[in-house]
Amino acid sequence: MFPEHFTFHVAEQVNNFVDWLLDSYAPLFDAISTGILTMLLRINEILLMVPWWLYMIIVFVVLFATTKKLIASLTLAILPMLIGAFELWALAMESLAVVLTAVIISLLIGIPMGILMAEINSFAVVIRPILDGMQTMPSFVYLIPAMMLFGLGKVPAVLATLIYSLPPVIRLTNMGLRHVPKNIEEAALAYGATKWQLLKEVRIPLAMPSILTGVNQTTMMALAMVVVASMIGARGLGQEVLLSINRIDIGRGFEAGLSVVVMAIVIDRVTQSIAKKWEPPR
Amino acid sequence: MSGIKSINAISPVVEVKNLWKVFPKRQRSKGKKTLNIDVHDEVTISQMEKDGKVVVAVRDVSFEIYPGEIFIVMGLSGSGKSTLIRCLMRLIEVTAGTIKINDLDITSLSKKELVKHRRYQAAMVFQHYGLLPHKTVLDNVAFGLKLRGEPKEERYRKAKAAIERVGLKGWENYYPAALSGGMQQRVGIARALVMDAPVFLMDEPFSGLDPLISRQLQDELLRLQEEMKKSIMFVTHDLSEALRLGDRMAIMRKGSIVQIGTPDEIVSNPADDYVAAFVADERRTLEKTKLSLGNKLASTPASS
Repeated sequence: MFPEHFTFHVAEQVNNFVDWLLDSYAPLFDAISTGILTMLLRINEILLMVPWWLYMIIVFVVLFATTKKLIASLTLAILPMLIGAFELWALAMESLAVVLTAVIISLLIGIPMGILMAEINSFAVVIRPILDGMQTMPSFVYLIPAMMLFGLGKVPAVLATLIYSLPPVIRLTNMGLRHVPKNIEEAALAYGATKWQLLKEVRIPLAMPSILTGVNQTTMMALAMVVVASMIGARGLGQEVLLSINRIDIGRGFEAGLSVVVMAIVIDRVTQSIAKKWEPPR
Repeated sequence: MSGIKSINAISPVVEVKNLWKVFPKRQRSKGKKTLNIDVHDEVTISQMEKDGKVVVAVRDVSFEIYPGEIFIVMGLSGSGKSTLIRCLMRLIEVTAGTIKINDLDITSLSKKELVKHRRYQAAMVFQHYGLLPHKTVLDNVAFGLKLRGEPKEERYRKAKAAIERVGLKGWENYYPAALSGGMQQRVGIARALVMDAPVFLMDEPFSGLDPLISRQLQDELLRLQEEMKKSIMFVTHDLSEALRLGDRMAIMRKGSIVQIGTPDEIVSNPADDYVAAFVADERRTLEKTKLSLGNKLASTPASS
């Protein structure tokens, strides 16, 4: 098939690289691990402290305030009760904690990266293929090294989720900034805007709908990783799905799967409605 | 020409000398953004133009704008007039020549000085308004003052006054999208007014509006100018507009100024066939304008 003398492998180099990382930077990874774990546990704690009905009130208030649709808002607010009814509430909160942690870190890294991409063309050229790689590389490939570097449990799960969910917010921040109409930028410059003022007063506000769509996409991507993350020991809804697959307990798997769907729909609608609110009036 | 000689005694606010803007044509290879070209080497330039390597948007342009006058730059689209007005704000970097505004050479300013120039020396009105869709009318008008770092109360007080002057009182809290084109341009004018800069740059401000509104705004501009006496550079492709507004006008063609003079001089004494063709088409409009101007002059002395 393929000429034999053309073949070469990087497998060994990759193995050596991971080994080398493990040997020389163990303390660094431990530190990162502790940091993420602390953050994750704190978020989980807060999520569990909040009573279940308060979530529904929050969802309803946010949706109704932004969309003014009573029935849709009510339906979406009541939907999460299903998770509680299946006795999966605590597990759902654990998954949500992993998702939220990954999303927060994604935004902290992603929005500045997106801004840099929009400002510096050569940076964009370098970053774009990396983002493609992050989104298309099968997640199991980096799941294992993540586990080797950070141990079993929730921290590698957060990192694996991060790799998958980071690209959309970077991309959409970049796109939003690049699509700001040139005549508006020009007018702002003509009135003496510095580069920083232009970014703060004009470009970021005008890119906001796109950035928030990025936040929404990132959250959805993070949710999609819930089941995969459970394979390296992150408890939560994914673990429930995994268990029921192993036991061929279709009904139990369905309940857990449905819970993930409910979470995804509610979070999607809430973040989307907030994003809409930011669109400039037309 | 006697009229010009008499104002020549006053020093000009804007003084443009031998200004050139040569755009390199975008090539597939990594072309340098700034083009090093000797504009005095006419042979090379015309050769490069012929080869399609460069576009000369502004060619050896010189003119002055005196205090309190409306100076019209007229030409067809593509004649370089929009490029020229942008050079005065240095929204476009010039290739050669000098631009002095109040005796300060704009072409040699550092970045910091340039920002200051844009904030204090000149204010610009755009054809496409360039309003910020996410800010209210009030915030749009106050925008330049905010960039300057003026305190909130101060800039809102000034902005409200400017909004009232352009006849938009009551619309402060609306967003630009809720306003008609004419009203949006009023906001654009208020935004420039509020800066209280000595020089006003207007790039086809009324071209996108329907004729009636456009005329209305022309009258309004004349009324405002009566009070404020700015030095205005007004770019347009509409001869009747130019004749209505202009104290003096320059006609541009392919980047060069072909004639500068008062509207009367240009119409009665066109410098070449191009200008002649330009004004011949509009002669009838001119006659009408003159007539209405005559009527106005006859009726105004009582009030002023």
